[in-house]
Amino acid sequence: MKKVIFIFLLIFLSTKINAKENLKNNILKNLRCLVCQGQTISDSNSDFAQIIKSVVDDKLQEGLKEKEIYHFLSEKYGSWILLNPPIKTNSYLLWFLPYILFILGGLFIYLMVKKRVIEKK
Amino acid sequence: MKKSYLILTSIFFIFIFTIFYLSLGKNKTYNTEDIVGNKIDEIDLELFNDSGLFNTKEITNYNYIALNFWASWCAPCRKEHNVLMQLSKIKNLKIIGVNFKDNHNNANSFLEEMGNPFYISTKDTDGKKSINFGVYGIPETMIISKDMVILKKYIGPLDLKDFKEIERIVKK
Repeated sequence: MKKVIFIFLLIFLSTKINAKENLKNNILKNLRCLVCQGQTISDSNSDFAQIIKSVVDDKLQEGLKEKEIYHFLSEKYGSWILLNPPIKTNSYLLWFLPYILFILGGLFIYLMVKKRVIEKK
Repeated sequence: MKKSYLILTSIFFIFIFTIFYLSLGKNKTYNTEDIVGNKIDEIDLELFNDSGLFNTKEITNYNYIALNFWASWCAPCRKEHNVLMQLSKIKNLKIIGVNFKDNHNNANSFLEEMGNPFYISTKDTDGKKSINFGVYGIPETMIISKDMVILKKYIGPLDLKDFKEIERIVKK
């Protein structure tokens, strides 16, 4: 019985550790390295990336949630550090332009088809 | 009808061209515009030569602070040191140095050789504290007001143009 409890405890602990490690990796993949800007913090070996990795580790230990860590870092470096930046008023057009074009395109095709049908009649 | 199609297509292409022109013309490198105007956190920094701590709240005791991040191994820091020495002569401004991930003896030799412009010297041995100030490479300098608001942030070595700008800011 003791063995079974021990094994269950071991499995429980390992899943906990894995979940924390996965969360950390996910956060690091969503952060941009400011020194080598084509890379994520996770991929970068720069000194800056190493410090950020360590800070993210500390913040997770302190009990901060993923969003709180993003908030902390974007407060210090601006939304530039986030690879998935939040929608801001000055980027509305950029985010919604494809949808607007899609609707306008659909409308245009609909009107063209409708006109041709009327002309044929 | 053909005319209206032509106008519509032209408007569409001008619109797309404008979007691309505005987006591609933007500076794609990191800048500090999001940070200026923010208040700095209350952080404890280790004093450089003593065992005590300097809390950034103490900044409220001075009119203007230049928070400079430096290291003896950093060549651009050597380049900007003369400007820092000049800045240290401005009455309304106190320079707080944060020695970044440095060897203590090398840092002391650097200051002995080049002069010490710092009113208060602190250190960040593992570089983690500097993240609270949005530092990503040294040298970096922040001009902070009495109410702990970042007025200006300089990335890279300070030059004569920056000196004049800082002088203008602190004389206001």
